[in-house]
Amino acid sequence: MRVPPQPSLWRVLEPKWRTALQRIREERSRGGSGKLLILILVGVGFWIGVFGVLYRILKYFRGVEDVGPLLAGKILGVVLLAFVGILVLSNVITALSSFFLAKDLDLLIAAPVDWLRIYLAKLSETLLHSSWMVALMAVPIFAAYGVVFRGGVLFMPYAVLAVFPLLVLPAVGGSALTLALVNIFPARRTRDLLSIVALGAAGGLILLFRLIRPERLASPEGFRNLLDFIAVLRTPTSPYLPSEWVSQAIMEFLRGKVDLMPLALLWSTAAAFVTLGALLHRRLFAPGFTKAQEAAERFVRGGWWRLTVGTMLGFLPVAKREFVIKDIKLFFRDTTQWSQLILLAVLVLVYLFNIKTLPLHRGEAVGFFYVTLVSFLNLGLAGFVLAAIAARFIFPAVSLEGRHMWLLRSSPLDLGALLWSKYWVGTVPLLALALLLTGLTNVLLEVRPFMMAVGLVTIAGLTFAIAALALAFGALYPQFETENAAQIPTSFGGLVYMMATIALLAAVIFVLWQAVYQYVRSVYLGRPMVVEASMLVWFAVAAALCAAVTAASLWVGLRRMERMEF
Amino acid sequence: MIRLENLTKHYGSFVAVDDISLEVPRGALYGFLGPNGAGKTTTLRIIAGILRPTHGRVLLGGDDVHQQPIAAKTRLGFIPDRPFVYDKLTGAEFLRFVAALYGQEGDAIERRITELLEVFELTTWKDELVEAYSHGMRQKLIISSALIHRPQYIVVDEPMVGLDPKAARLLKDIFRQFVTRGGTVLLSTHTLEVAEAMCDRIAIIQQGKIVAEGTVNDLRQQHRAGDASLEELFLKLTGGAHVRELAEVLGDGAAA
Repeated sequence: MRVPPQPSLWRVLEPKWRTALQRIREERSRGGSGKLLILILVGVGFWIGVFGVLYRILKYFRGVEDVGPLLAGKILGVVLLAFVGILVLSNVITALSSFFLAKDLDLLIAAPVDWLRIYLAKLSETLLHSSWMVALMAVPIFAAYGVVFRGGVLFMPYAVLAVFPLLVLPAVGGSALTLALVNIFPARRTRDLLSIVALGAAGGLILLFRLIRPERLASPEGFRNLLDFIAVLRTPTSPYLPSEWVSQAIMEFLRGKVDLMPLALLWSTAAAFVTLGALLHRRLFAPGFTKAQEAAERFVRGGWWRLTVGTMLGFLPVAKREFVIKDIKLFFRDTTQWSQLILLAVLVLVYLFNIKTLPLHRGEAVGFFYVTLVSFLNLGLAGFVLAAIAARFIFPAVSLEGRHMWLLRSSPLDLGALLWSKYWVGTVPLLALALLLTGLTNVLLEVRPFMMAVGLVTIAGLTFAIAALALAFGALYPQFETENAAQIPTSFGGLVYMMATIALLAAVIFVLWQAVYQYVRSVYLGRPMVVEASMLVWFAVAAALCAAVTAASLWVGLRRMERMEF
Repeated sequence: MIRLENLTKHYGSFVAVDDISLEVPRGALYGFLGPNGAGKTTTLRIIAGILRPTHGRVLLGGDDVHQQPIAAKTRLGFIPDRPFVYDKLTGAEFLRFVAALYGQEGDAIERRITELLEVFELTTWKDELVEAYSHGMRQKLIISSALIHRPQYIVVDEPMVGLDPKAARLLKDIFRQFVTRGGTVLLSTHTLEVAEAMCDRIAIIQQGKIVAEGTVNDLRQQHRAGDASLEELFLKLTGGAHVRELAEVLGDGAAA
C-alpha cells in the first residue's frame, strides 16, 4: 500500500492555532475594541514600569567605574537563571498536558503521522504555552539593557537570537522529565505530584530569595571590602549554565564585541537537546501514553467532612449544607487546587517578613507617625493581596460549576442558595486569613489599640466586599470551557475584577484616612484622643461602602446566573 | 402531564425551536425523534428548566417550569446526553448530593442509594471517584441520580448511548414499569427500534418544527406508508441519504 506523504508541522498544529485565532475573534466580537484597549494599556503600563525601574538601576550602574557593567551582567545572569527555573517548572507541567492529556492526542496518534512530527508539534506547543509570559517579561528587560548600554538597532534581533535557544532547553528538558515520570506513575498521579513539587519549589524559591534579603546587595558597604565585592562579581556563577552563556553573549555585544562562542554553545546545545529529546520520545512515548490512559484508582471515604463540617452546619437546610460539603471536598481532592495553598502560605510568610524588616522603631515621635501610617496603608496592601487570593479561589467558582449546570438548573435548587454557598465557602477562609494578616502585622508594628481595632474592622468589611466582587465578576465573565481553575482568573474578567477591587480599596482608604488623620493629629499634638462625631461619620461611610458593594455584587451575580444559558 | 405551549427558542437569528405545542399525557412513554440539529436537545433542556424559551411555556403537572420552578422541578428527573458529573466525588457522594438538591436526606435516602447502585451494578464502585468511571458507568450514575428523588416525570436525552446491552435492557424495563405506575417519560433517541418498541406516542421534529405526531400506526396512516417501519417513516419524513451518494462516499476502499 502506498504510504501517504507526511503532513507539515504547521498542518499538525492547525487545530491549535485555528482555535486560538477563533478565540481572539470571539473575544473581539464580545468585548469590542474597549477590551483590547484595556489589555494593551495594562500590558504597556507593566512594560513601562519594568523598563523604568531597570533603566534607573542600570543607568546608576553604568556610572560606577569598573564594577557597574559587571554588576549589570551579574543581574542579567541572575534574572536569566530565575527565568530558566520558572521555565523548567512550567514546561514540566505543560508537557504533561500537551503530550499526554490533550484532547487532540487520540486523533493525532490514530492518524498516520510519524513520531518525529508529533514530538516536534507537541514540543512547540509546550514551548509556546510555557514560555510566552517569560518572553514578554524579557522584552522590557532587554530593552533597558539595550538603551542604557547603547546596543543599537541590531541589539534586539541579537537578543532574540541568544534567548531563543534558552527557551528551547527547558522545554526539551521539561518534556523529557515528564516523559520519564509518566512511564513510572499514571499520568493523573504524575500531574498531582508535579503540581505539588512545582508549587513547593516555587514557594521555596520565593521564600529563599526573600530571606537572603536581596536589598542588601544595593548597599556595597554590606561587603567587607571592595576587593571582596569585585572578586565575587568577577566569578561566573557556573560556566556550564546556559543562562550564563546568554548573559555573556549579551554583555559582550553591549561592550561592542561579538563573541560567537556563547551563541555557538547555545544553539548547538539546543540542537543536541532536541535530538536527544526526540530519541527519548521515540523510545518512551508509546508505553507512556498507554500508561497515561490508566486512571489512578482512588477509593475515598468522605466521612470526615460529613462528620466535621456537616455537623457544624447542621442548622442549615440540607441543600445548602451538602453544597458546602461538596465544594470543600472538590477543593481538597483536587491537587491542582489545594496545592496553591503552599504558595499562599509562602506569600503570608514573605508579607510578614517584609513588615518585620521595616526599619521603623528608631525614634518615638517619628516612630508613632510612621507606624500608624504603615499600619493604615497596610490595609490597602492587605486588601490587594486578599483581592488576588479571591481572584484565584473565588472568581472561578461560578465558571467551575458550568459543566454541571444541567444538574443544578434542572433540580429545584434555588440559585440564591448556590450563590450563598459559594460566597461563604470562599469568604470564611478569606476572612480568617485577612484577620490573621492584619492582626499579626499590627502586632509586629506595635500599633496602638485604636489602629488595631480600625485595621481589623476595616479588613473584615473589605473582605466581605472583595469576596462578593470576585463572585459577581466571575458570574459576569464566566469561562465554562476552561477546565483548569488556575487559568480562569487570568482572563479579561479577572482583570476587570482586579481593577474594580483596586477602586474599592482606594475609595475605602480615602474615606478612612479622614478619620485616621484626626486620630494621628490628636496624638501628635498631645491632645486626648476622643472619637468625634465626624470620625464616626467617616467610619459609617466606609462601612456603608463595603456593605453596598457586597449587596450590589451579590445581587448582580445572582441576576446574571439566572440569565445564563448552558 | 407534560405540556409545551407555543415553545420557541432563538439563538440570535437562528430558530432552534419553532412554535412547538405538545402534550405528553400522564402514564405515557413519549418518543421525541429527529435528525441531528433538529432541536430535540434544546427542547428537552427548556423542559428541564436549563434554557429559557424565547416564547411559550412548559407546564409540568400544571406548574410552569420558569414561573414556578421549584414546584415543577421537584417532580422532574432529567438525564442529559452528555454526562458531566463532579469528577472528584464518589458515586455514592454524588447521589447523596443530588438527593440533597431535592431536599432529601437521612436513612431513606441511604437505602435508596444502596438500592440504585445495586440495580445498576455500581456497588463495588460506590466509593471510587467518578473520574475513574467509564462513560457507561457515568451514564448509569446519572440515570440513578434522576431516579433518586422518585420523580413523576422523566425527561431523557439519548438514554442508550454508552450503555451495555444488559444496562440498556434494564433501562427499558425501568421506564416501562415507571409509566405503568403512573409516571411519564419523554425521551429523545436516535435508536428507532427502541422508540418503535417502547413508545406509546412519537413526535418527529425537523428544523425546530414538529412534522409528525401520534402512535406509529397514526403516522403510517397520516403518511400513507402501509406497513413501513418507523425507520422508513422517519427517513421519508426527514429525508434519507441517497444510495448513489453513499457509494461515492465509500469509494473503492470498502470493497477492497
